[in-house]
Amino acid sequence: MEMQQFYYDNKIVKKFLYATLFWGLIGMIVGLFLAFLFLFPNLTDGISWLSFGRLRPLHTNAVIFAFVGNAIFAGVYYSSQRLLKARMFSDVLSNINFWGWQLIIAAAAITLPLGFSTSKEYAELEWPIDIAIAFVWVVFGWNLIGTILKRRQRHLYVAIWFYIATFVTVAVLHIFNSLELPVSAFKSYSVYAGVQDALVQWWYGHNAVAFFLTTPFLGLMYYFVPKAANRPVYSYRLSIVHFWSLIFIYIWAGPHHLLYTALPEWAQNLGVAFSVMLLMPSWGGMINGLLTLRGAWDKVRTDPVLKFMVVAITGYGMATFEGPMLSLKNVNAIAHYTDWIIAHVHVGALAWNGFLAFGMVYWLIPRLTKSKLYSTGMANLHFWIGTLGIIMYALPLYVAGFTQASMWKQFNPDGSLVYGNFLETVTEIMPMYWMRAIGGTLYLTGMIVMIYNIVQTVRKGSAVTDELAEAPALQRVSKGMVAGEHWHSWLERRPIQLTIGATIAILIGGIVQIIPTIMIDSNIPTITSVKPYTPLELEGRDLYIREGCVGCHSQMIRPFRDEVERYGEFSKAGEYVYDHPFLWGSKRTGPDLHRIGGKYSDSWHFNHMYDPQSTSSGSIMPGYKWLITDKLDKSVTERKMRTMMTLGVPYTDEDVANAQQSMTEQGTQIEQNLYGDPAFAEAYERDKENGGPDFVEMRDREIVAIIAYLQRLGTDIKVKDLETTQN
Amino acid sequence: MDSISGIEIYPMISLLIFFIFFVALFWWVITAKKDYIDRMSNIPLDNENEIQL
Repeated sequence: MEMQQFYYDNKIVKKFLYATLFWGLIGMIVGLFLAFLFLFPNLTDGISWLSFGRLRPLHTNAVIFAFVGNAIFAGVYYSSQRLLKARMFSDVLSNINFWGWQLIIAAAAITLPLGFSTSKEYAELEWPIDIAIAFVWVVFGWNLIGTILKRRQRHLYVAIWFYIATFVTVAVLHIFNSLELPVSAFKSYSVYAGVQDALVQWWYGHNAVAFFLTTPFLGLMYYFVPKAANRPVYSYRLSIVHFWSLIFIYIWAGPHHLLYTALPEWAQNLGVAFSVMLLMPSWGGMINGLLTLRGAWDKVRTDPVLKFMVVAITGYGMATFEGPMLSLKNVNAIAHYTDWIIAHVHVGALAWNGFLAFGMVYWLIPRLTKSKLYSTGMANLHFWIGTLGIIMYALPLYVAGFTQASMWKQFNPDGSLVYGNFLETVTEIMPMYWMRAIGGTLYLTGMIVMIYNIVQTVRKGSAVTDELAEAPALQRVSKGMVAGEHWHSWLERRPIQLTIGATIAILIGGIVQIIPTIMIDSNIPTITSVKPYTPLELEGRDLYIREGCVGCHSQMIRPFRDEVERYGEFSKAGEYVYDHPFLWGSKRTGPDLHRIGGKYSDSWHFNHMYDPQSTSSGSIMPGYKWLITDKLDKSVTERKMRTMMTLGVPYTDEDVANAQQSMTEQGTQIEQNLYGDPAFAEAYERDKENGGPDFVEMRDREIVAIIAYLQRLGTDIKVKDLETTQN
Repeated sequence: MDSISGIEIYPMISLLIFFIFFVALFWWVITAKKDYIDRMSNIPLDNENEIQL
């Protein structure tokens, strides 16, 4: 058999690794900054693009897509070439993948703080960037599949199946969740509304965890742990079983983000059942990873790479046990909306994703630069600081979660809430937020130590060059099964069929859960009194989205005694039919707002937005002074309404024609209400006198739109004369 | 659409498909030859062309 010589592309791996380190640092700095904003809410007072609501999605997108994303590409590009014994299919595609991805990240870094956001978690980037993501992702898949097709290793090792499943599923998830109608260059509305949007969003969101944060990393685990330990994977048989069961079951787990909400019960129950089942394939992966180190545990004591990998896999096991537990309805009733969820996310993110990425970096950089790691001592230091950081991040937040949940639910004997003021539950957990900030600081410090260590290693080492390799070309083998071969080994050498099989497996869960929710009307009973938002309220809603209010406030009251007592009647599916996108939220750093309408005066909202601590002592909400001073942009209102009409919201042509007048009328009414506060009247009149020709009247400012929206929330139904029709 | 009458047949068919798929998968996994399994497990480790540190 003739040996062919070829070169592995190492330069692309180097590029992705540097990007991983760079964006990891940025993403974690933003995260730590957010942690400090909890403690010092007025740190960036008046600077809209540094406010919590705008920066939260920057942190999540940076750590998921910029840090983990580049780590995935680095590891996939390195391992695929060697597992397939072929250079990447196309250097041009490799570079488009790299530069395209970095440009997307840069676009995110600019647009998110400016408030261009869809509000949908981990899918906040607006439609032009969504298109770019789809394009670059296709380039990645094309490059990967092209490499598979020209491989010299016939059988596809397990890591490759995970990469294929990742590519296919992320493409499907991204496309379907990002279906949105543009209104303008950086604004769009989700084609889904309310309950349906919630389901599609969390089908996507949970599977972003599954197929972006888990499956590619499992693939990397299956390559880099055996390489680092120099032993084969513990059980190849187990890897086959857990691969197929993982990709099939994971997709169905999305509804566990929506337990006890207005999502139909049958969908919630499917989410619970499949989330609990998911424990087994996940632990299959953990077992395989850890037991690969059987007989090599002495190496773990001395090798920082293996230390990181062990904690990563252990963290994976912890998070994938905790996840199914959190999916049990009784546990979820306590945990949902609290910091327990944040703790859970960060165990997975910091331990599994972070530490596995670090282990991979420490293993790869010396090999790519043909030198030894500059300081093993520093790598070990990073390990210990990082591990301590994870613990100090998660444990305080567990306590914060339990504390807040139980305080919310306390009743006096006379039936009133013990902690009727939400703020009491926030003040109680401030010490835990301090400890979390310390934990995050430790983790970031470890990362900085790593970057220094890596920089020094690279400087000492040689320039990264492509690597010469040799392997015989693949001989043609019959398409059908060779004598004595079994069907899975046949499947392993047929990447196209394997890809199709994986695609079918991942589509089932989505189809079963989403299609009936969209097509069968009885899932969302109509409420006749629910009407579309007025133009001013619609503009206010878009401001709510721009400022990222959904990051701290929920709009979904669960059918629990304590929530009904605190917030009002629990939320019905039919109330959200015109909500493109939905704004149910995932976290209550502040109270639920679904029935805030009519609870406070317009003046209260005005003062609260200007300076939250002035109305609510102890509040950690930042001020929104720019809403009070800035003029509302009403130039796109008609286009927004027309887009909504295309999406099925029943505005009439008359409504659209009257939009400007309607906004002025409603705005004027609110302006008059504000005069009820003498302090406002005095200050406003003074400003008007000194204002000059460019003075913007209060009725035309953004605050009035936000007040209109907030005062509308939850007022469509009156509990006494609640009328629902089954259609 | 009001409702899909007789919808129960779809989850039943899916359950059957996947039950059969996983039974077949387990059958193969248990009966696969050890030699084949060992070869697959060692794919990342065949090292001749690698940089030795």
